[in-house]
Amino acid sequence: MPTTEEVRADLAEIVNEVAGVPVNDVQLDKSFTDDLDVDSLSMVEIIYAAEEKFGVSIPDEEAKNLKTVGDAVAYIERAAA
Amino acid sequence: MTLRLTAGEKYAAILGLGGYRPRRVVDNAEICTMIDSSDEWIRTRSGIIERRWASPDETIQMMSIAAARKALDRAGIEAGQIDTVIVSTVTHFQQTPAVATTIASELGAKSAAAFDISAACAGFCYATAMADSFIRSGASRYVLIIGVERLSDMTNRSDRSTAFLFADGAGAAVIGPSEYPGIGPVVWGSDGDQAPLIQQTQPWNAALAWDPVAYQATQGDANWPTLKMEGNPVFKWASYTMAKTAAEALDAAGVRAEDLDVFAPHQANMRITDAMFRALKLPSGVVVARDIARQGNTSAASIPLAIEALLESGEAHQGQTCLIIGFGAGLVYAGQVIILP
Repeated sequence: MPTTEEVRADLAEIVNEVAGVPVNDVQLDKSFTDDLDVDSLSMVEIIYAAEEKFGVSIPDEEAKNLKTVGDAVAYIERAAA
Repeated sequence: MTLRLTAGEKYAAILGLGGYRPRRVVDNAEICTMIDSSDEWIRTRSGIIERRWASPDETIQMMSIAAARKALDRAGIEAGQIDTVIVSTVTHFQQTPAVATTIASELGAKSAAAFDISAACAGFCYATAMADSFIRSGASRYVLIIGVERLSDMTNRSDRSTAFLFADGAGAAVIGPSEYPGIGPVVWGSDGDQAPLIQQTQPWNAALAWDPVAYQATQGDANWPTLKMEGNPVFKWASYTMAKTAAEALDAAGVRAEDLDVFAPHQANMRITDAMFRALKLPSGVVVARDIARQGNTSAASIPLAIEALLESGEAHQGQTCLIIGFGAGLVYAGQVIILP
């Protein structure tokens, strides 16, 4: 099982690649929309890339509840467990 | 007894392409007089800087004729040699007869087989596949295909998620016998389970008037059918499912990503083009069509318009391999590799 920090770091790489956000800005308490300026289309890309990277399924109805980086990391950890 | 069959040509190719762009340029500032949005929001969400909207005289027929004459001229083919005309459109409001018949007649392709198809934004690729098959089966020799739309007539001008997106134009191609295989195998299909993602709000018989702008101005959007779209699921489907279809089309034609010269997807949204490009892992040297920035989303017309722009600017050249893929309402999709004329 990857650690929370490892999931966060991998997710940060994805957010950086899709939306150009610096990796170090992608911290657990950050809101994708309000803090990182990630728009809805980029969020679709991030979710898709995360599904591929972590081998999990994130349905659309769940994805819209992932407001912060921490929400997404926690969801991925649960789904991968 | 056994019926005699006609022999087809060994290969078919696109011999000439032509487009028509309406005169009127509508910039984002004008769009923002209709919806609560901004130039920056529209650019970042779609890549669109301006689009073309047709004036009343720029009809489906008129734009088709203009595009077709350019395509015929560039192909070096006389209208009288055209024996089949296929028109893809979802915005010709006269349901019957097919507009293909009067286009054929006005061009001088007097007795050509002529019909319309409804395959939305995949229409140009559907028609390309049909033309290729008709020529190789012997059913046709020279086929004129046209993608033409006046999507502005079906645009809900108060919907801030689509009002900036849709536009008008025509693109035509002459397809005929060739010394080389100029059209790769089509990979196509549909997914009617997802029909509600992009569709007309209601059937035409619910509408009572024929002038969409005047009607919407006086009656609002309640009864005039417009296009509505669920943006995020469509974005996901177009970016990833369609990237897989595009990869299959490359594979079917035996073209490796590193051998591809040009990528000209349906100009749906710049963000979809970018996401598909990344998902396909195309080499950075591949020329990518980005006509949507100046033209908007013209459905069936977008691929030929985008290719024409690349050929005219010198970014793409005759003889290059070009991956085309159309996808849209239905949902329908079709992709193939072509050799540029």
